[in-house]
Amino acid sequence: MALRIIGCGNFDRGDDAAGLLVVRRLHALGVDALGVEIIGHSGETFSLMNCWTGYERVILIDATAPTGTPGQVQVWSAHADRLPEDTFPCSTHAFGVREAVELARAMNYLPPILLIYGIEGKRFFLGAPPSPEVECAVASVAEQLAMAVSNSVVPLHWPQELEK
Amino acid sequence: MSKQQTRTIKVDILARVEGEGALYVKLKGNQVLDVKLKIYEPPRFFEAFLRGRHFSELPDLVARICGICPIAYQMSAVHAIERALGIGIDPAVRQLRRLFYCGEWIESHALHVYMLHAPDFLGYPDGIAMARDHQAIVQQGLRLKKAGNGIVSLMGGREIHPVSAAVGGFYKVPSKSALKELVDELTWALDASLATAHWVSGFDFPDFEQDYEFVSLFHPEEYPFNEGRIVSNRGLDIDATEYEESFTEQHVQHSNALHSVLRGRDSYMVGPMARFNLNFGKLPDVAQQAAHDCGLQIPCRNPFRSIVVRAIELVFACHEALRLIREYEPPPVPRAQAAARASTGHAATEAPRGLLYHRYVLDQDGLITSAKIVPPTSQNQKRIEEDLRHFVSQVATRPAEEITWKCEQAVRNYDPCISCATHFLRLQLERD
Repeated sequence: MALRIIGCGNFDRGDDAAGLLVVRRLHALGVDALGVEIIGHSGETFSLMNCWTGYERVILIDATAPTGTPGQVQVWSAHADRLPEDTFPCSTHAFGVREAVELARAMNYLPPILLIYGIEGKRFFLGAPPSPEVECAVASVAEQLAMAVSNSVVPLHWPQELEK
Repeated sequence: MSKQQTRTIKVDILARVEGEGALYVKLKGNQVLDVKLKIYEPPRFFEAFLRGRHFSELPDLVARICGICPIAYQMSAVHAIERALGIGIDPAVRQLRRLFYCGEWIESHALHVYMLHAPDFLGYPDGIAMARDHQAIVQQGLRLKKAGNGIVSLMGGREIHPVSAAVGGFYKVPSKSALKELVDELTWALDASLATAHWVSGFDFPDFEQDYEFVSLFHPEEYPFNEGRIVSNRGLDIDATEYEESFTEQHVQHSNALHSVLRGRDSYMVGPMARFNLNFGKLPDVAQQAAHDCGLQIPCRNPFRSIVVRAIELVFACHEALRLIREYEPPPVPRAQAAARASTGHAATEAPRGLLYHRYVLDQDGLITSAKIVPPTSQNQKRIEEDLRHFVSQVATRPAEEITWKCEQAVRNYDPCISCATHFLRLQLERD
């Protein structure tokens, strides 16, 4: 089953880069050599929906809004859960990752398996570097995904032992 | 005699507009006491940080002003610089720029018609809720938008913030065969645009007309994108070099965007309705016929019908894109070379939301010493407030929730580009 991993975000906006940093780490770990497509994306709703068309398994990684626990990782299965409002930072016209998932759900465009990894951010201002908490979470998520891909298993839950 | 009730309607965050804006309306009985469209998004200082940059960097820098209409910013910028430096462009480059603009209009108009404005007319809070009940319609809208993205991606290297536009032409131009690959989808898109126009023309439109001064480009031979004189239905007829003699920007306390007005007159409207009314005769037959079939009057003075006008411009853009691809011959060189010299250049082009004016002053090394950019939304901002001032009195007796909905819809008639934060509105109703 074709698997695509999509990391969303913006390198110029601090922790908003979380998804892109996971992508960078997965490339460094050589995960794409295992036949997995790994791409970075802005998170814009409509092109994001196009990104998963034709894939049976998709893993999406994006930063989530601060709630006081930076670096916390949450995983949602799109078919099981509605994505919470106000959790994912929006791109232009308020169309972002959540809108992509919910619009795809409304239109039956969801891939058979779509997991969304949210990494809670702390700072999102222009030019900020990623926070240490998010850098740590990025490493953990990348390692877990690399392990899952090498074992041909799509992770369905974030392992408790990696929780902060 | 009972005391008239004073009500204040506040929308702290306007939804389904590009940017961060709010709305404030104060009523006494049915009389409107005050209307403010507040744009509180911080100033972005683009004009200031362009100073000192070389003109060749300009297309990529100004593209970052907007994720929805980067091509418009690129086009006004390159035309202004070309006029400053006396660069003539190849006719094939001119046609390619029109095609580039077609792509942007298609993606922008499809997004606004289907996802931002149609939910207002059908009673949905947003496009996602609408998609649950109108899946095929939204599917059509997304495919239309994608058809526009296809042009932008092919010509610009990517869908958002394209990178191919250059002073004098393009860094890279497409091959004939690459453009021909777009034909099937654009042929579908033309049919879908016609269907869109018929669909939206069946919406229920408030009975509301205003006596606008419409301002747009006018070209003697074509529906305007990149070239033409700036005209209005009240006798304005100027070159872009005269823009600042005819228009001025005013600071108002409640907005971080300047209000643009016509000197000695007042507010005016730019955008699809202005273009349509001033250039109807330049639309291809298929678009003119569709406008008639949809019951559009010329001139159209009901801003709520702007959704139909946008759909007619979708028809035009798809038809024009197909024509341009059919007639395309690649230019001998992708771009004309430009030698730096101390100079000033002005240009106005037609962004999806309306007239976009740029002026640059260059030094002898080609570095920008001064920049001025007047986007469509700042030109429409005062006009939006005046629409609201008149429209609110028509609906003042309705429940607060309905007034709020209608006011937001009236703002969205203009597809304002201020960058959006949320779908949720906080309404505060104050009673004496």
